Amino acid sequence: MISDVLIAVFGAMAMVFALLVVVLRQPMRAALALIAHMASLAAIFACLEVHVVALFQILIYVGAVMVFMVYAIMLLDDRDASLAHMFSRWSVPAVIVAAVPVVALGAMLVQWAPSVAPARESALFSFSAFSVAFMTQYWFHFEVASILLVIGIVAAWAVIAERR
Amino acid sequence: MDRYQYLIALAVLMFAIGLAGVAIRRNLMVVVMCVELMLNSVVLAFVVFAARSGTLAGAAMAFFLYIAAACEIAVAMAIVVMLVERRGSLDLAADYELKG
Repeated sequence: MISDVLIAVFGAMAMVFALLVVVLRQPMRAALALIAHMASLAAIFACLEVHVVALFQILIYVGAVMVFMVYAIMLLDDRDASLAHMFSRWSVPAVIVAAVPVVALGAMLVQWAPSVAPARESALFSFSAFSVAFMTQYWFHFEVASILLVIGIVAAWAVIAERR
Repeated sequence: MDRYQYLIALAVLMFAIGLAGVAIRRNLMVVVMCVELMLNSVVLAFVVFAARSGTLAGAAMAFFLYIAAACEIAVAMAIVVMLVERRGSLDLAADYELKG
Protein backbone atom coordinates (compact mmCIF):
# COMPACT_ATOMS: atom_id res chain seq x y z
CA MET A 1 0.00 0.00 0.00
CA ILE A 2 1.23 3.49 -0.82
CA SER A 3 0.70 4.81 2.71
CA ASP A 4 3.07 2.10 4.06
CA VAL A 5 5.78 3.23 1.65
CA LEU A 6 5.22 6.88 2.60
CA ILE A 7 5.36 6.02 6.31
CA ALA A 8 8.66 4.15 5.77
CA VAL A 9 10.14 7.09 3.82
CA PHE A 10 9.00 9.79 6.26
CA GLY A 11 10.08 7.59 9.20
CA ALA A 12 13.59 7.31 7.74
CA MET A 13 13.64 11.06 7.17
CA ALA A 14 12.52 11.71 10.77
CA MET A 15 15.32 9.47 12.04
CA VAL A 16 18.00 11.18 9.91
CA PHE A 17 16.88 14.66 11.00
CA ALA A 18 16.76 13.56 14.68
CA LEU A 19 20.39 12.42 14.39
CA LEU A 20 21.32 15.72 12.74
CA VAL A 21 19.83 17.65 15.70
CA VAL A 22 22.32 15.91 18.01
CA VAL A 23 25.31 15.96 15.65
CA LEU A 24 25.20 19.44 14.05
CA ARG A 25 27.47 22.04 15.62
CA GLN A 26 25.50 25.27 15.09
CA PRO A 27 22.23 25.63 17.11
CA MET A 28 20.49 27.28 14.15
CA ARG A 29 21.23 24.31 11.88
CA ALA A 30 20.10 21.94 14.63
CA ALA A 31 16.85 23.96 14.91
CA LEU A 32 16.28 23.68 11.15
CA ALA A 33 16.89 19.90 11.35
CA LEU A 34 14.36 19.74 14.21
CA ILE A 35 11.80 21.62 12.10
CA ALA A 36 12.33 19.12 9.24
CA HIS A 37 11.99 16.27 11.77
CA MET A 38 8.68 17.66 13.04
CA ALA A 39 7.38 18.13 9.49
CA SER A 40 8.27 14.48 8.74
CA LEU A 41 6.31 13.41 11.84
CA ALA A 42 3.33 15.49 10.68
CA ALA A 43 3.48 13.63 7.34
CA ILE A 44 3.47 10.30 9.23
CA PHE A 45 0.39 11.42 11.22
CA ALA A 46 -1.33 12.37 7.97
CA CYS A 47 -0.51 8.92 6.50
CA LEU A 48 -2.08 7.34 9.61
CA GLU A 49 -5.20 9.46 8.83
CA VAL A 50 -4.92 11.33 12.14
CA HIS A 51 -5.22 14.65 10.33
CA VAL A 52 -6.12 16.70 13.41
CA VAL A 53 -2.83 15.89 15.15
CA ALA A 54 -0.90 16.39 11.89
CA LEU A 55 -2.33 19.90 11.65
CA PHE A 56 -1.57 20.61 15.34
CA GLN A 57 1.98 19.36 14.77
CA ILE A 58 2.51 21.94 12.02
CA LEU A 59 0.58 24.80 13.66
CA ILE A 60 1.73 24.44 17.27
CA TYR A 61 5.16 22.79 17.04
CA VAL A 62 6.61 24.08 13.77
CA GLY A 63 4.58 27.27 13.67
CA ALA A 64 4.83 28.42 17.28
CA VAL A 65 7.35 26.47 19.38
CA MET A 66 10.14 26.32 16.79
CA VAL A 67 9.70 29.91 15.61
CA PHE A 68 10.04 30.93 19.26
CA MET A 69 13.18 28.82 19.59
CA VAL A 70 14.75 30.17 16.38
CA TYR A 71 14.01 33.69 17.62
CA ALA A 72 15.77 32.93 20.93
CA ILE A 73 18.81 31.49 19.06
CA MET A 74 19.06 34.69 17.00
CA LEU A 75 19.03 36.74 20.22
CA LEU A 76 22.02 34.85 21.65
CA ASP A 77 25.68 35.04 20.67
CA ASP A 78 26.81 32.14 18.50
CA ARG A 79 30.55 32.51 19.29
CA ASP A 80 30.47 30.21 22.26
CA ALA A 81 32.76 27.72 24.01
CA SER A 82 30.10 25.00 23.67
CA LEU A 83 30.54 25.14 19.87
CA ALA A 84 34.28 24.45 20.00
CA HIS A 85 33.81 21.50 22.39
CA MET A 86 30.43 20.07 21.37
CA PHE A 87 30.27 16.97 23.54
CA SER A 88 30.46 16.41 27.29
CA ARG A 89 33.20 14.35 28.96
CA TRP A 90 30.52 11.82 29.89
CA SER A 91 29.55 10.97 26.32
CA VAL A 92 30.34 7.25 26.47
CA PRO A 93 28.32 6.48 29.65
CA ALA A 94 25.53 8.70 28.33
CA VAL A 95 25.28 6.75 25.07
CA ILE A 96 25.26 3.47 27.02
CA VAL A 97 22.37 4.76 29.20
CA ALA A 98 20.48 5.91 26.08
CA ALA A 99 20.92 2.45 24.56
CA VAL A 100 19.15 0.78 27.53
CA PRO A 101 15.56 1.75 26.49
CA VAL A 102 16.35 0.75 22.91
CA VAL A 103 17.47 -2.73 23.97
CA ALA A 104 14.57 -3.17 26.45
CA LEU A 105 11.87 -2.06 24.04
CA GLY A 106 13.56 -3.86 21.14
CA ALA A 107 13.19 -7.09 23.13
CA MET A 108 9.51 -6.24 23.68
CA LEU A 109 8.92 -5.58 19.97
CA VAL A 110 10.41 -8.95 19.03
CA GLN A 111 7.74 -10.63 21.18
CA TRP A 112 4.93 -8.40 19.82
CA ALA A 113 3.35 -10.48 17.05
CA PRO A 114 1.79 -8.52 14.17
CA SER A 115 -1.99 -8.61 14.30
CA VAL A 116 -4.81 -7.13 12.31
CA ALA A 117 -5.85 -3.74 13.64
CA PRO A 118 -9.57 -3.44 14.45
CA ALA A 119 -11.63 -1.75 11.76
CA ARG A 120 -12.37 1.85 12.63
CA GLU A 121 -14.79 4.46 11.42
CA SER A 122 -13.29 6.64 8.71
CA ALA A 123 -14.48 9.83 10.47
CA LEU A 124 -13.02 8.89 13.87
CA PHE A 125 -10.18 11.45 13.74
CA SER A 126 -12.11 14.15 11.90
CA PHE A 127 -12.35 17.68 13.28
CA SER A 128 -16.02 17.28 14.11
CA ALA A 129 -15.43 14.05 16.10
CA PHE A 130 -12.49 15.66 17.86
CA SER A 131 -14.50 18.79 18.73
CA VAL A 132 -17.47 16.79 20.02
CA ALA A 133 -15.14 14.64 22.17
CA PHE A 134 -13.57 17.78 23.64
CA MET A 135 -16.98 19.29 24.43
CA THR A 136 -18.38 16.12 26.00
CA GLN A 137 -15.61 13.77 27.23
CA TYR A 138 -12.54 15.98 27.72
CA TRP A 139 -14.07 19.32 28.71
CA PHE A 140 -12.56 19.17 32.22
CA HIS A 141 -9.07 18.33 30.87
CA PHE A 142 -9.42 21.18 28.38
CA GLU A 143 -10.15 23.66 31.19
CA VAL A 144 -7.23 22.35 33.24
CA ALA A 145 -5.01 22.80 30.15
CA SER A 146 -6.06 26.46 29.97
CA ILE A 147 -5.00 26.88 33.62
CA LEU A 148 -1.64 25.28 32.72
CA LEU A 149 -1.21 27.84 29.92
CA VAL A 150 -1.90 30.69 32.36
CA ILE A 151 0.65 29.21 34.78
CA GLY A 152 3.17 29.06 31.90
CA ILE A 153 2.60 32.74 31.09
CA VAL A 154 2.95 33.74 34.76
CA ALA A 155 6.14 31.64 35.13
CA ALA A 156 7.74 33.18 32.02
CA TRP A 157 6.74 36.63 33.29
CA ALA A 158 8.28 35.85 36.71
CA VAL A 159 11.58 34.88 35.06
CA ILE A 160 11.57 38.13 33.06
CA ALA A 161 10.81 40.10 36.25
CA GLU A 162 13.76 38.33 37.95
CA ARG A 163 16.06 39.60 35.16
CA ARG A 164 15.11 43.18 35.97
CA MET B 1 6.90 -6.07 11.17
CA ASP B 2 3.72 -4.11 10.49
CA ARG B 3 3.51 -0.32 10.23
CA TYR B 4 2.60 0.15 13.90
CA GLN B 5 5.59 -1.87 15.10
CA TYR B 6 7.84 0.10 12.75
CA LEU B 7 6.54 3.40 14.12
CA ILE B 8 6.84 2.33 17.76
CA ALA B 9 10.43 1.22 17.08
CA LEU B 10 10.99 4.63 15.48
CA ALA B 11 9.57 6.37 18.57
CA VAL B 12 11.87 4.38 20.87
CA LEU B 13 14.92 5.19 18.74
CA MET B 14 13.97 8.87 18.61
CA PHE B 15 13.57 8.94 22.39
CA ALA B 16 17.02 7.32 22.81
CA ILE B 17 18.60 9.84 20.40
CA GLY B 18 17.00 12.70 22.37
CA LEU B 19 18.15 11.22 25.69
CA ALA B 20 21.70 10.80 24.38
CA GLY B 21 21.62 14.37 23.05
CA VAL B 22 20.54 15.77 26.45
CA ALA B 23 23.38 13.89 28.14
CA ILE B 24 26.23 14.49 25.67
CA ARG B 25 25.70 17.98 24.23
CA ARG B 26 27.07 21.03 26.04
CA ASN B 27 25.10 23.74 24.24
CA LEU B 28 22.03 24.82 26.23
CA MET B 29 19.85 25.45 23.16
CA VAL B 30 20.66 22.08 21.61
CA VAL B 31 19.86 20.37 24.93
CA VAL B 32 16.41 22.04 24.92
CA MET B 33 15.94 20.84 21.32
CA CYS B 34 16.82 17.29 22.36
CA VAL B 35 14.14 17.49 25.08
CA GLU B 36 11.69 18.49 22.33
CA LEU B 37 12.88 15.46 20.36
CA MET B 38 11.99 13.20 23.30
CA LEU B 39 8.58 14.88 23.63
CA ASN B 40 7.97 14.35 19.90
CA SER B 41 8.71 10.65 20.23
CA VAL B 42 6.11 10.39 23.02
CA VAL B 43 3.54 12.18 20.83
CA LEU B 44 4.34 9.73 18.01
CA ALA B 45 3.80 6.76 20.35
CA PHE B 46 0.43 8.15 21.55
CA VAL B 47 -0.78 8.78 17.99
CA VAL B 48 0.34 5.33 16.80
CA PHE B 49 -1.49 3.61 19.65
CA ALA B 50 -4.60 5.77 18.97
CA ALA B 51 -4.51 4.81 15.28
CA ARG B 52 -3.88 1.16 16.11
CA SER B 53 -6.72 0.89 18.65
CA GLY B 54 -9.13 3.10 16.70
CA THR B 55 -9.89 5.29 19.73
CA LEU B 56 -9.64 9.02 20.23
CA ALA B 57 -7.95 8.99 23.65
CA GLY B 58 -4.37 8.87 22.31
CA ALA B 59 -4.98 11.74 19.89
CA ALA B 60 -6.55 13.80 22.70
CA MET B 61 -3.49 13.09 24.86
CA ALA B 62 -1.26 14.30 22.00
CA PHE B 63 -3.21 17.58 22.03
CA PHE B 64 -2.56 18.00 25.78
CA LEU B 65 1.11 17.19 25.20
CA TYR B 66 1.27 20.06 22.70
CA ILE B 67 -0.08 22.40 25.39
CA ALA B 68 2.53 21.12 27.87
CA ALA B 69 5.24 21.62 25.22
CA ALA B 70 4.11 25.19 24.56
CA CYS B 71 4.27 26.01 28.31
CA GLU B 72 7.61 24.26 28.65
CA ILE B 73 9.24 26.14 25.79
CA ALA B 74 7.94 29.53 27.01
CA VAL B 75 9.47 28.99 30.47
CA ALA B 76 12.62 27.26 29.14
CA MET B 77 13.48 30.04 26.69
CA ALA B 78 13.03 32.70 29.39
CA ILE B 79 15.34 30.73 31.72
CA VAL B 80 17.91 30.14 28.92
CA VAL B 81 18.06 33.83 28.00
CA MET B 82 18.37 34.76 31.71
CA LEU B 83 21.18 32.23 32.31
CA VAL B 84 23.07 33.37 29.20
CA GLU B 85 22.78 37.01 30.29
CA ARG B 86 24.17 36.14 33.73
CA ARG B 87 26.96 33.76 32.66
CA GLY B 88 27.69 35.13 29.20
CA SER B 89 27.80 31.63 27.75
CA LEU B 90 25.53 28.92 26.31
CA ASP B 91 27.89 26.28 27.71
CA LEU B 92 26.29 24.08 30.37
CA ALA B 93 29.64 23.96 32.20
CA ALA B 94 29.18 27.67 32.97
CA ASP B 95 26.24 26.79 35.22
CA TYR B 96 28.31 24.67 37.57
CA GLU B 97 26.84 26.48 40.61
CA LEU B 98 23.44 24.89 40.00
CA LYS B 99 22.83 22.07 42.43
CA GLY B 100 20.40 19.17 42.41
